[in-house]
Amino acid sequence: MTNDEIRTFIDNAIKENRVMLFMKGTPQQPACGFSMRASGALNALGVKYAALDILPDPRIREELSGLSGWPTIPQLFVEGELVGGSDIVMEMFESGELAQLLGVEQPELESEPEPEQPVQQRIGLENRLN
Amino acid sequence: MPSAEELRTRIEEALPGAEVSVVDTTGGGDHFRAEVVSDRFEGLTRIQQHKLIYDVFGDEVGGAIHALSIKTQAPSPAGDPR
Repeated sequence: MTNDEIRTFIDNAIKENRVMLFMKGTPQQPACGFSMRASGALNALGVKYAALDILPDPRIREELSGLSGWPTIPQLFVEGELVGGSDIVMEMFESGELAQLLGVEQPELESEPEPEQPVQQRIGLENRLN
Repeated sequence: MPSAEELRTRIEEALPGAEVSVVDTTGGGDHFRAEVVSDRFEGLTRIQQHKLIYDVFGDEVGGAIHALSIKTQAPSPAGDPR
């Protein structure tokens, strides 16, 4: 894939998936603590989201940050808008703002937002990069 | 290798009057957490607030600075005991 194709793919992924998370690793196997926290928050809220691992090709991250103007990973988009990285996602998760934004109920926060199973859509850039 | 002190100074220079604390979270000089209170944040979204901090370091975030965790806040209104 060319850089332009990657950028177009990312742009479409953001537009086509209401909740789109770019992360290091996958929701099943996050490769970084920050990505783990962001996907863990979404799992705890039980929302359906698409996730893309940026690690297989360094150009994914370059093109993503070029598009969003945000330098770090993870990056969460909701309805096409950048919500933030892991710090903002966690602040909003803890305050209930994220649940409100996503239109779901805030879960009981007695437990850590880790063990829930992710409800993930596969979007398949991984395959096209191979 | 950047130090927490260096990061703090640079944020303070970029946002004069800000209250800044920076911690080197691993002791390795590449993972930091910055907490910043500045009146520059008034009326900005969290995204815009965090971008102001990222912009201080440009390409260094993701380079020499592997991770920069940020917490931003506008100053409490006068009379708020916090």
